[in-house]
Amino acid sequence: MIINHPLLGPRDSAEFVYLGDASLIDRPDPETATPDDWHAYGYLRDNPAGALRELWFHEGGDRSWLVVTRNTLTHEITSVEMARDVARAQGRSK
Amino acid sequence: MRYSGFNVIKQALTGHKGWKPAWRDPEPKPSYDIIIIGGGGHGLATAHYLAKVYGERNVAVIEKGWIGGGNVGRNTTIIRSNYLLDGNEPFYEFSLKLWEGLEQDLNYNAMVSQRGIMNLIHSDAQRDAFIRRGNAMMLNGADAEYLDLAAIKREYPFLNFDDARFPIKGGLAQRRGGTVRHDAVAWGYARSADSHGVDIIQNCEVTGFRIENGKCLGVETSRGFIGAKKVGCAVAGSSGRLMAKADMRLPIESHVLQAFVSEGLKPVLPGVITFGAGHFYVSQSDKGGLVFGGDIDGYNSYAQRGNLPVVEDVCEGGMAIMPMIGRARLLRMWGGIMDMSMDGSPIIDRTHIDGLYFNGGWCYGGFKATPASGYAYAHLLARDTPHETATAYRFDRFRTGHMIDEKGMGNQPNLH
Repeated sequence: MIINHPLLGPRDSAEFVYLGDASLIDRPDPETATPDDWHAYGYLRDNPAGALRELWFHEGGDRSWLVVTRNTLTHEITSVEMARDVARAQGRSK
Repeated sequence: MRYSGFNVIKQALTGHKGWKPAWRDPEPKPSYDIIIIGGGGHGLATAHYLAKVYGERNVAVIEKGWIGGGNVGRNTTIIRSNYLLDGNEPFYEFSLKLWEGLEQDLNYNAMVSQRGIMNLIHSDAQRDAFIRRGNAMMLNGADAEYLDLAAIKREYPFLNFDDARFPIKGGLAQRRGGTVRHDAVAWGYARSADSHGVDIIQNCEVTGFRIENGKCLGVETSRGFIGAKKVGCAVAGSSGRLMAKADMRLPIESHVLQAFVSEGLKPVLPGVITFGAGHFYVSQSDKGGLVFGGDIDGYNSYAQRGNLPVVEDVCEGGMAIMPMIGRARLLRMWGGIMDMSMDGSPIIDRTHIDGLYFNGGWCYGGFKATPASGYAYAHLLARDTPHETATAYRFDRFRTGHMIDEKGMGNQPNLH
């Protein structure tokens, strides 16, 4: 698989480390989260057959986190974003 | 019809006209006491033990495609019970004991071959860890044996003992481990279940569950609604997709694992060996092909095919311990979809929906578990209590902190 890095261009996926579903960006708020929220965040996954937004870390490159939208049935990658931008757009960072 | 040497001779003398299909092809009944979703190794084993051990007579196995077409037909056929943790080892040792009596139980030649498995040791720390594991195995009634370098050189003289980076220091052997003809496991269980009255319904895809007031009343299928008092899911690889139809999210991700087989060779490899410094394992099939594999690709996938970086990694592992493998040509490679669970261990449990049961999360270790998984799942379905060897395989272990994490990796499925 080739991941089209927004800053570095097309890179071999072997340069990256895979973390999983990009919903991990939405960490529960420790002030208000219940044990159920933490259980769901830590352990439960949608695991879809089809398009999945997922987190890849460019360990063998610029060490940026990316949100890659990839089809789990075909391995086709349809979009690559900087995780930083996605997180900020979701209000995760000031 | 009972299979026997006498029957083979009799049929040979009468033109082989007396053989019957090994199982029927029945139409689904309107309802059953128990429906198993998934005609793979675990589903068919469950049906066999439900009928034969637990006396359930009104059971159906429903399968989307043909039986044995999923992971039981795609694995690398190894059986063993060399686990460390108390939640796992009694279960896998129970499974190995069932393997030892499987062919007599099923009246079917599954080519169970206890040719032994050996895990290679490459450092002093690893020797300590493997001896600890061997002790845990023996405490649970399994066999384990530490092999020093001289013993390994006698049995496997071709290994790369003096590799500069990963020299071989010893090995942990389990002599009762080995290999089994994987397709025959599915067929043998199917034939036995069928002979005990289980309906095996192929080409019947589950499209949904009928759930009312928190109770599962049956399954919607491509061949209409089928009612059931209890529904047991056993579709490892597709667990996420199936349970989503019951609005369940699972502690599981689906990942692809590749496997490889070389051209047929004369016998060179007496048992199963595993590389201790990377992820590579290999055995030789009775047809002569070297059957080997390594790590999962590491990203979510339902594609049943992997990518080249892992092919390279597996082949490097093979060359590191067994350089002669470089002279063999690759015949086939393929991928299967694994339920990778959050702690690397499976789940055999009730769900929060009354009458709906779940068996999955086998990671890439499901084949060796087939008999015990079927037995324990049948016990759960028939008695509503977990089998004594499978009490730890609960859904709520992630909530309560009782994870069974053999590799100590935490809740990261692609690291198990």
